Amino acid sequence: MSLLAALTNYTVQNVLIGAVLLGCVSGLLGTFAVLRQQSLLGDTLAHAALPGVCIGFLIAGGRHLGWILAGALATGVLTAMFVVLMVKRSRLKTDAALGIGLSVTFAAGVVLLTYIQGTAGASQGGLDSFLFGQAAATRRSDLWVMGAITLASLVLVLACWKQFKLVVFDPLFARSIGLPVVVLEVLLTAMIALAVVVGLQMVGVVLMTSMVIAPAAAARQWVNRLEHMVPLAMLLGVVAGVFGALISAWGNNLATGPLVVLAASALVLVSLLAAPRRGIIRERIDRWHARRALGQRQILATLYKLAIKHRDRHYPVELGMLDSFFGLATRRALQRLEQQGLVARVGHMREEGPHWTLTDTGYAEAERLTHFMASDDGPTRPGPRGRGTPEHG
Amino acid sequence: MMAALFNNPTLMIILTGMLVGVSGALLGTFLILRRNAMLVDAISHSIVFGIVVVWLITWATSGPVQILGAALAGLLTVFLTELLASTRRVRMDAAIGLVFPALFAAGVLLLNIYARDVHLDTHTVLLGEIGFVWLDTIVIGGIEVPRSVVWMGLVTLVNAAFVIAFFKELKVSTFDPGLATALGLAPTAIFYALLSLTSATAVAAFDAVGAVLYIAFVIVPPAAAYLLTDRLIPMLLIAAAIGIVSSISGYAAAIALDVSIGGMMALMTGACFGLAFLFGPRYGLAAQVWRQYTRRYADESRALVVHLYEHEGSPNAGRENIVPALQQHLDWDAARAEQVLRRSLRRGLVLREGSTLHLTRRGREAARELLEY
Repeated sequence: MSLLAALTNYTVQNVLIGAVLLGCVSGLLGTFAVLRQQSLLGDTLAHAALPGVCIGFLIAGGRHLGWILAGALATGVLTAMFVVLMVKRSRLKTDAALGIGLSVTFAAGVVLLTYIQGTAGASQGGLDSFLFGQAAATRRSDLWVMGAITLASLVLVLACWKQFKLVVFDPLFARSIGLPVVVLEVLLTAMIALAVVVGLQMVGVVLMTSMVIAPAAAARQWVNRLEHMVPLAMLLGVVAGVFGALISAWGNNLATGPLVVLAASALVLVSLLAAPRRGIIRERIDRWHARRALGQRQILATLYKLAIKHRDRHYPVELGMLDSFFGLATRRALQRLEQQGLVARVGHMREEGPHWTLTDTGYAEAERLTHFMASDDGPTRPGPRGRGTPEHG
Repeated sequence: MMAALFNNPTLMIILTGMLVGVSGALLGTFLILRRNAMLVDAISHSIVFGIVVVWLITWATSGPVQILGAALAGLLTVFLTELLASTRRVRMDAAIGLVFPALFAAGVLLLNIYARDVHLDTHTVLLGEIGFVWLDTIVIGGIEVPRSVVWMGLVTLVNAAFVIAFFKELKVSTFDPGLATALGLAPTAIFYALLSLTSATAVAAFDAVGAVLYIAFVIVPPAAAYLLTDRLIPMLLIAAAIGIVSSISGYAAAIALDVSIGGMMALMTGACFGLAFLFGPRYGLAAQVWRQYTRRYADESRALVVHLYEHEGSPNAGRENIVPALQQHLDWDAARAEQVLRRSLRRGLVLREGSTLHLTRRGREAARELLEY
């Protein structure tokens, strides 16, 4: 299927719109979850949605997305509350509480699923898809429901922006100025459940974990402010969603959910490596630069100390001596210093190696550095004099 | 006789469930205590990746190669998670939640591409079908034994041997990793060995209960046991017992309601946890509430005897040591004052004469004890 044909295909259009909505809502609400260190709550709530899906199905007597999502939201919020209760009122820690919530609710979901299979027979057809998501089965009416949820959560976040921000970054201060912190926290948690609910149809309960975390974790690497992080996370979520949907439409109907999740994971990887300030590549380069600069400064200082010792501003030092003093090749560093006009080659006898000397600027620079370092630990610490010079070493 | 035993589907299904429960409890106890419960979640999802890759290479759906492959996939998950967290750019919990869904998604996608119509489908991987374990048998010593029972039995033995052989190491590195390092007990190696066994057990169990329900068997019984005891060996035993009880009751409930057997067994571990959470003798919710009430009652009685003792024999005793004064001076409402008074009378701390109150000797001693310490 060509790209154009794919874009005009009714099913593909549905999937694309669904993916965009999913990206928006998971980026928006995932940001708060990740910043509040509740990344894995999304995982638990995703699994907890399964019994809710079944209960919604049983109440509505069929596959009505509204009921199913309402059920999923209800069991999600209940499970979240139960997890909080377990952490507060027992000696179990958060990880155990999340694991219990996740596995027991999922077991209840499996039991209900088989119960529905047993009683309703073939009509449960649509339910299995919530396990892994079945993007291709998305209907126009489903999109309206998903769109309404996305819009509602967007409005809610904008309306309570200041309050949410405070609860995320400084809950104690929020409480002290009289904000209803508990209500806001419950609201934020319920919204994670909402995000999960929107994703059920697209990627299924198991992979929703990643959609809550990945866009937010990726966005965090690029920006430092919440008002930048939220839109960026939404954008990255949409990119991952559209990418997954397009690939799956293009390539012989591959499952959309895993593709969306892999795209989101790839975005995280790229962000970790390549983000301009926090990125790992940037850190490596900075560290390399720093190490190089430190080596150059050390050479400069050594030449300076030797010059002082010999009462000769332009005392020539043999390369071999510098190499053996530092235990490594210093030629490259000297060449870089030469380019900066801080050192110069001087003539030498044939049987000796090349000699280097400080230029006038180099001498001044070395003087500045030495004084800078000396004043660094200052007169308060009467350490050994002239540390690091060859004559003391 | 043995053959009849292994031919009995009910018995084999329950036995498989018990073995999953016992082997899970042996490992889960240490994982709960180490606060690594969510790693079980991560491992049991990402072994799907290992299972699919090994299946693509060897076309084997069970057996030692599968178990090894999945153990490696589990270790890969933990390794990648720790690597990601060690960059300090995402927190540990986010790292867990990023790694395992990615591996799981890769596994599902590979199945999607290469395995459209084989029996190894994602549904089975996630949910398992314990009801059919007795259909797939291998012959050992002339007796047909269900394959799942053989593998689960072996894995359970290995887990038990590991826990017994390295009990000291496990105990010290769980409760005091610093000491374990100082003693040269290699806590990191122990940790990775524990997680390898968790993954290997997950593969052996996934046929029967599926990857997600396996989490319930590993986390929930030890968590329940943790609420019931403070000692390690009883915790292991209680957890294993909960696994066994859940298998039996889960099977019975599933047959009665005609629903998923594996799901019901896992749900039963949840029910056991619920009971421990509510009614555990020391850490249960009911015990907590009860303690809170008894402490409040005791404090109220103490307030009363101290109040009476302070004014006993003083000129204004007539105004202070009377029933109405309790409401004004101790700020109790009428009902509460009445309740406290009745309890204190019953415990022989106080005597009532009309509306005047006197301390008994016991009441006076109680007040003195409080005031003098």
